[in-house]
Amino acid sequence: MSVVTVNAGPRRGWRSAGTWVGAFIVGIALICAIFAPLIVPHDPFAQDLDRRLLVPFWMEGHNPEFILGTDQLGRDYLSRLIWGCRISMLIGITVTIVSGLIGITIGVLGGFFGGRIDDAVLFAITTRLSIPVVLVALAVVGLLGTSMTLLVLTLGLLLWDRFAVVARSTSMQVRNLDFVAAAWCAGCSRFRVLSREVLPNIASHLVVVATLEIALAILLEATLSFLGLGVPPPLPSWGLMIAEAKDYMFFSPWVIVIPGVALFVLVLGINLLGDGLRDAFGTRSRS
Amino acid sequence: MLQFLFRRLIVALLVAATVMTLAFILTRLSGDLAISIAGPNATAADIEAVRKAYGLDRPVLSQFFDWVGRAATGDLGNSYFFQTRVSTLIAERMPVTLTLGLTGLSIALLVSLPMGILAAVRENTSFDRAVQMVALIGQAMPSFWLGLLLMILFGLTLGWLPISGTGSWEHFVMPGIVLAFSAIPALTRLTRAGMIQAMGSDYIRTARAKGLSRASILLKHALRNAAIPVVAIAAVQLGFMLGGSIVIEQVFALHGVGFLAWESIAKNDFPVVQAVVLVLAVIYVALTMVSDLMNAVLDPRLRA
Amino acid sequence: MSALLEIERLEVGFGAATSAVRGASLTVERGETHCLVGESGCGKSVTALAIMNLLARGGHRTAQRLDFQGDDLLKLDDRGMARLRGNAMAMIFQEPMTSLNPAYTIGSQMTEVMRRHKKVSQRIATDRAADLLGQVGITAPGLRLGQFPHQLSGGLRQRVMIAMALMCEPQLLIADEPTTALDVTVQAQILRLLAQLQRDLGLGLLLITHDLGIVARIAHRVSVMYAGEVVESAATAQLFADPKHPYTQGLLRCVPVPGKQRQDEPLGSIPGTVPRIGPGFEGCGFRDRCTFADATCAHTVPHQTAAPGHDYLCRLAP
Repeated sequence: MSVVTVNAGPRRGWRSAGTWVGAFIVGIALICAIFAPLIVPHDPFAQDLDRRLLVPFWMEGHNPEFILGTDQLGRDYLSRLIWGCRISMLIGITVTIVSGLIGITIGVLGGFFGGRIDDAVLFAITTRLSIPVVLVALAVVGLLGTSMTLLVLTLGLLLWDRFAVVARSTSMQVRNLDFVAAAWCAGCSRFRVLSREVLPNIASHLVVVATLEIALAILLEATLSFLGLGVPPPLPSWGLMIAEAKDYMFFSPWVIVIPGVALFVLVLGINLLGDGLRDAFGTRSRS
Repeated sequence: MLQFLFRRLIVALLVAATVMTLAFILTRLSGDLAISIAGPNATAADIEAVRKAYGLDRPVLSQFFDWVGRAATGDLGNSYFFQTRVSTLIAERMPVTLTLGLTGLSIALLVSLPMGILAAVRENTSFDRAVQMVALIGQAMPSFWLGLLLMILFGLTLGWLPISGTGSWEHFVMPGIVLAFSAIPALTRLTRAGMIQAMGSDYIRTARAKGLSRASILLKHALRNAAIPVVAIAAVQLGFMLGGSIVIEQVFALHGVGFLAWESIAKNDFPVVQAVVLVLAVIYVALTMVSDLMNAVLDPRLRA
Repeated sequence: MSALLEIERLEVGFGAATSAVRGASLTVERGETHCLVGESGCGKSVTALAIMNLLARGGHRTAQRLDFQGDDLLKLDDRGMARLRGNAMAMIFQEPMTSLNPAYTIGSQMTEVMRRHKKVSQRIATDRAADLLGQVGITAPGLRLGQFPHQLSGGLRQRVMIAMALMCEPQLLIADEPTTALDVTVQAQILRLLAQLQRDLGLGLLLITHDLGIVARIAHRVSVMYAGEVVESAATAQLFADPKHPYTQGLLRCVPVPGKQRQDEPLGSIPGTVPRIGPGFEGCGFRDRCTFADATCAHTVPHQTAAPGHDYLCRLAP
């Protein structure tokens, strides 16, 4: 090979710019989510048909009171955007909690106990993977009506597979390590071994999965809301905002660009943070 | 090897059976189907008539076994709305969905393989970092939004492509691109990682020591090994694409199986919804078996 | 007639941190088996890779002279080197289990070398491959050609590697610890094979090893390497009879000789460990472990000649 000087390795974990960008984005999202009622400039639900489709600040003829303009019912876009962030984060986190509980339990049971239980767990995972998620979620909401609780439950019951897979493979690895055998020999009950030895060691992997799953849940909720079977209107889910704006998108493209960019940036930020965490924890090898 | 395939077949059948059960339960979730079918203005007599006509007055279990039995022979029931056999409906729409899926997969492979290979060859350069950024972007991009943006850009502003319908191959370009976006991150990362590992292996050192050309080393020796997991994953990705086509078909008004499911949900046409879930699940399972088969075909070590 | 391979003051580094080779010089004549011997980490494998220009990413080499059959290898770019590799100069490696591509048959991997360099038909290449497999002692060569690497044992794979290296009738064969990863009985077989092939084909064989036993058995000449330098170079018999460098002397003392070793005597060893050599290191790398070291050893060390063909790198008089 010709003379080539080796490039410095990529900056990983906390030293990577991407991780900090992700953390920053997630931080802003959390602030918006938690303090939404305090920071929205206008009421996101207040309609005013005199002020429909005002343009955002970078275009001519904008109204300085409504920085990002208004939608087709005269509602302030910025306020709806911030409120939508709250909804996205809320759903993302709650869905992940539900799917995490289900997935981790199933995964650890399979990975730790092995044998027939593991066979059953693998079967469950395979079955879950073969189910078309969006279709089934749509069907459930379509049949039972839109509500936040139903949405969270449905998505939570559908999105546990990655948790299960990672929990299973990591607990399988940990199970074979010596300190687990040592705790076993010392007479610890199975529950104690699980909670004191196994769980703390797989926790870092699961945190990484959790961040990525939050992003996935947010995307899915947006998709469902876009199709009209997600968050019930008038709640301003970003997906719903895009759907509502579809009729106007050829004339006023910003109405779909703005919430779409917000959605994209949030999901990207969470993914960047998740990747950074994965590198920081040194959990490069996944199943 | 045959034994392995046989075991996978058994699992596949069990999965199909489970999904059948789940699909059945899914459509019975809302309680009394007869009420939903009969509509909001139905009288009690109407509802009773509907119940009898659709066999909903029989015990649930017998309805279930009836459904299972008939599905096993390919009879997926009749659509409430279209008054035709569900299997006919699905068969009519399937070509569109398959075309869409295969287009998306082809575009994804055409983009991911070269990108992954080049990123591996130029590991840790700015090109490599750019490729990883592209993967991240693809992962974060909401597919329906991308579809709308492409519509505005290529359909309206540039006027190059049609924005809905299924008239010609041009109708599948934008939807195909959107679908490809969902698979490109995973395939690119896998290709890149596989190539990096392959390029660092001993047999590549041997190939270099034999004085083979760079192209031969890269494409004939390294890629041949690195591609094995990529091909396997590609089959599974196709399964995901087919399952997730409902969104794209709705955005671009492509009348495929996904669109059919969408319409059926809106109209409470339960047999269709049930059947589509089952069919998509069976296709996914079949594709995972194809994926395992490809692994065995491509890797001589697995054939013994 | 120039020597087959002439190296003068080869230096190899990786990045700015390490100097793997700090000035190695050796000569391999036609029809000669030259062993490069040293312990792990002394730089002998890196030397071999540097000759073929197969260094890992980030590695760079310089030398006062690196000639093969009189031609300057340093002037060749990668394309030029690729024309020589597998052709006039070939190399076999230590790990036969992983050195063959698992996805292709033995036959295709062997024939591709010849088709690449000699532009012959598949038929001719296959015949030659079968012929060579027979020469390296593999029975049923036709069957083996159609098999995949995982279907062969380690010893068989190494024989295949040797046969593959000989496809284009090389002048120089570099063997980097070819028997280290094999069972002891197989080791002996492979060595016998190499020695025989070397005689029959008139190859120049550069054999890298850490095993003095191998050196004694098949080498015509030996170069001893330590901490990135060739510290002594001589004909085999001379080196064993009259080693001049303290490291060589120490090495030979470490080899227990049945009959001569007394039962209550501890085995010989060289105290200390191999130093970590960075760029800018001056003087003799062995001085911390040498009983004869003095202040001058920390600066330049003279090249001395004990007899024609017997050189060493030490301040001690012959």
